[in-house]
Amino acid sequence: MIQENVITWFLACRTTDVPENGGVCVKYHDEQIALFNFSRRGEWYATQNMCPHRMQMALSRGMIGAQNNEPKVACPFHKKTFSLTTGKCLSGDDCGDLKTYPVKVENDLVYIGIEE
Amino acid sequence: MKIVVIGNGMVGYKFCEKLTAKAQSGQFEIVVFGEETRPAYDRVHLSEYFAGKTAEDLTMAGLDWYADRNIKLYLGDPISYIDREQKTVRSHHGITESYDYLVLATGSAAFVPPIPGVEKEGVFIYRTIEDLELMTAYAKKAKTGAVIGGGLLGLEAAKAMIDLGVTNTHVIEFAPRLMPRQIDEAGSNILKAKLEALGLSIHTSKNTSEILGDQFINGMQFSDDTRLDVDMLVISAGIKPRDELAKLAGLETGHRGGIVVNDKLATGDPFIFAIGECALHGGMIYGLVAPGYEMAEVVAANLMGGDKSFTGFDMSTKLKLIGVDVASFGDPFVSHTEGRTIVLEDSMKGVYKRINISTDGKYLLGGVLVGDADAYNMLLQTTKNKVVLPPNPEDVILGARGGSGSEGGAGITSLPDDALICSCESVSKGDICKAVCDGNETMDAIKKCTKAGTGCGGCVPMVKDLINHTLKSQGKYVRNVICEHFNYSRQELYDLVKVHKLMTFDEVLNKLGTGDGCELCKPPVASILASLWNEMILAKGNDTAQDSNDRFLANIQKGGTYSVVPRIPGGEITPEKLIVIGEVAKKYNLYTKITGGQRIDLFGAHVSDLPAIWSELIAAGFESGHAYGKALRTVKSCVGSTWCRFGLHDSVSFAIQIEERYRGLRAPHKLKSAVSGCIRECAEAQSKDFGIIATEKGWNLYVCGNGGSKPQHALLLATDLDSETCIKFIDRFLMFYIKTADPLTRTATWLNKMEGGIDYLRNVVVNDSLGIAEQLEAEMQLLVDNYKCEWKEAVENPEIRKRFSHFVNAPEEKDPSITFEPMREQKKAKEWK
Repeated sequence: MIQENVITWFLACRTTDVPENGGVCVKYHDEQIALFNFSRRGEWYATQNMCPHRMQMALSRGMIGAQNNEPKVACPFHKKTFSLTTGKCLSGDDCGDLKTYPVKVENDLVYIGIEE
Repeated sequence: MKIVVIGNGMVGYKFCEKLTAKAQSGQFEIVVFGEETRPAYDRVHLSEYFAGKTAEDLTMAGLDWYADRNIKLYLGDPISYIDREQKTVRSHHGITESYDYLVLATGSAAFVPPIPGVEKEGVFIYRTIEDLELMTAYAKKAKTGAVIGGGLLGLEAAKAMIDLGVTNTHVIEFAPRLMPRQIDEAGSNILKAKLEALGLSIHTSKNTSEILGDQFINGMQFSDDTRLDVDMLVISAGIKPRDELAKLAGLETGHRGGIVVNDKLATGDPFIFAIGECALHGGMIYGLVAPGYEMAEVVAANLMGGDKSFTGFDMSTKLKLIGVDVASFGDPFVSHTEGRTIVLEDSMKGVYKRINISTDGKYLLGGVLVGDADAYNMLLQTTKNKVVLPPNPEDVILGARGGSGSEGGAGITSLPDDALICSCESVSKGDICKAVCDGNETMDAIKKCTKAGTGCGGCVPMVKDLINHTLKSQGKYVRNVICEHFNYSRQELYDLVKVHKLMTFDEVLNKLGTGDGCELCKPPVASILASLWNEMILAKGNDTAQDSNDRFLANIQKGGTYSVVPRIPGGEITPEKLIVIGEVAKKYNLYTKITGGQRIDLFGAHVSDLPAIWSELIAAGFESGHAYGKALRTVKSCVGSTWCRFGLHDSVSFAIQIEERYRGLRAPHKLKSAVSGCIRECAEAQSKDFGIIATEKGWNLYVCGNGGSKPQHALLLATDLDSETCIKFIDRFLMFYIKTADPLTRTATWLNKMEGGIDYLRNVVVNDSLGIAEQLEAEMQLLVDNYKCEWKEAVENPEIRKRFSHFVNAPEEKDPSITFEPMREQKKAKEWK
């Protein structure tokens, strides 16, 4: 029998609440999630808001971009960069990886998926 | 085949590296014995241990490196006996290993002259990390120190003493000059003057006859009946080859030490080799690392069936001693009969250069450089490769006069392909050029594939020149492009954005770039847009292209709160405004501190409080201070002629005028300024990007100074200016900087890289040599006219204001992870890591 992880979708915000090519921080119970509207690519991403390098709640205020076409976010504190698809640290040092979350957009509303 | 290596120093390690790099796996069984408890480390850069490097930083390779290559490494276990009959060695701890070939890399020990009293506490040698640790502990209670030995290592040891806080340090040299093996008397005098200016006391022709004190050293007695009180002493009077094991085994050694070897580095026993500082070759001990590496190469190659010989080694050397360049190459002391000498001596700048030329004037034989050794690599290569000198040989140390500045590239081209560029790793010009052609186009790539530049690092500038030169000769255009998304330099991008009248990051990316942008190109492009059009930086979707601080118009601080700095032009503020700042700080629970730029910084603001804080400040007449931007920060001022009895002009009024003119000006990096009312310079204008000092007749304008990690004094651009001309020149200077500098380049670095330096800059700004002065002034005037306080626009615009919240789905809530703790009646961000 194949066991599938059950994903619970919660409503984060409206699409217009997130700046184009930028991020916001979403509260889900006690979790802080960074949500990114990569409008240039027409994609949405979500990761943990805390940068694992110095444990700062800041990734949602980071700058997003791409490196060899891999979408990434740079922490505003020390410019550590992380892949938005895998959460892997791209800065070449092992400061740890990010947890990522699935995102879906329906009727201009943004939902983030939480694995229960 | 089984190889045993005795000694795990730099040369012993290099031998393992060379052998394992060449051999197929399983071809050799390698066993290494080391006397020290740690694996081989970089002894050449030992003094960096005091400058903050750790023992790990200095390690050549970690234990896993040896394990990966199946090298059996015994540390802390010296060999005590070699049985040449049985071909075995036995260690101090009783381990016996047989060998097919034995390599002695036992190195050397410090030579300690037999002076009465050397055994006293507080007398050290300078050789191993353990020595340094002992010195470090002892130096804590020492105020005065001395070093016996004014050679290369002795001066390094003196630097180490200063780094340890022993500020009163003496160098005692027996010979009449410093570094007697490398430089001549005149060079030594210049070096001595430079080192004395740095706080060292140098005594030459001084012979120590006794070390004084009971249990601990307290002084030194010299043969000329003088004495010196010292708390600690380091002896660095030369090296003594470690040949005792070889002697015990019956191998031939020199009467002044050293294991005698032939051109194959074989000792009297054909199965035993000696390499490095323990080997005596042609009557010489080579006390440098590069010849040791060459010996390692010869033995490794021959064990692989090669036929290499060691036929002596060039002892040319270049080093930085306590910040002073010293170099010696070829034959530094040619006599009258062998050649002619050209000398340049500048006691003002502390520069001495000597070159020795063959009698026919065609070839360079050697020379000495003190104070400025930039030309070392070029001169060394010219000597080694017998490159024919130009008709005026003095040009090689004076530089071609009257012509264009940099001839570095041209010099490299004249070298033959077999010219040795990296002598530590024996890498030739041909090797490097070939590697570049094979696609290794960066310094890192070259280091990886050729190892050039991984030893002492002295050849790195030359390797870089070679890379650029090779790329150019392949028709590749070498320039510093911004990142993978823009194939332009900042200056090119600035011009293109202007020509195409592009207003947003997306327009610039669509028109001039590729891909999606990144944190490397977004801020410079956003800065260019601001420098060109001076529009509100958060408008038109440019907000997410701004660096985080610019995006929230505040400086992000530890813990994720922000700091707020209102502009206080010239540092002048009314009591009423001071009260408003105090009240705002109280209301929003902010930590307050006076900044270095005569303003007040309010720390610990939640992002959601920023618009409210600024609304109150703006209502009281404040504006943004742009402390978060690569923009004009402050114009400091002294009290000036209105109150100060020395003041010549009203520096405060002029500072306010300047600060209000350039407020909000976005540039490649931050800009700081100051105005002083007289030559006492209380505003520290000479440490600023542009600084103004009052004179009897007007203002002197200084530019391109810098504080920060690499302080640099500003240079005088123009003198005795009236206020109007002074502002004109600043307009031109700033616009020229904004248009031409690379991203994140302060004015000081920009000037340092500028061909022609301050003279060129003065020609552009003062003499209008490019004919662009009027244009620059007009462009600046446009920016000045377009200025608006961006915080005022932000708080008045509901769309922008909305972005200032922590949670998009709970805008009224603050980040619960932010916590403070009390400190001296205020607060600070709580430490949690």
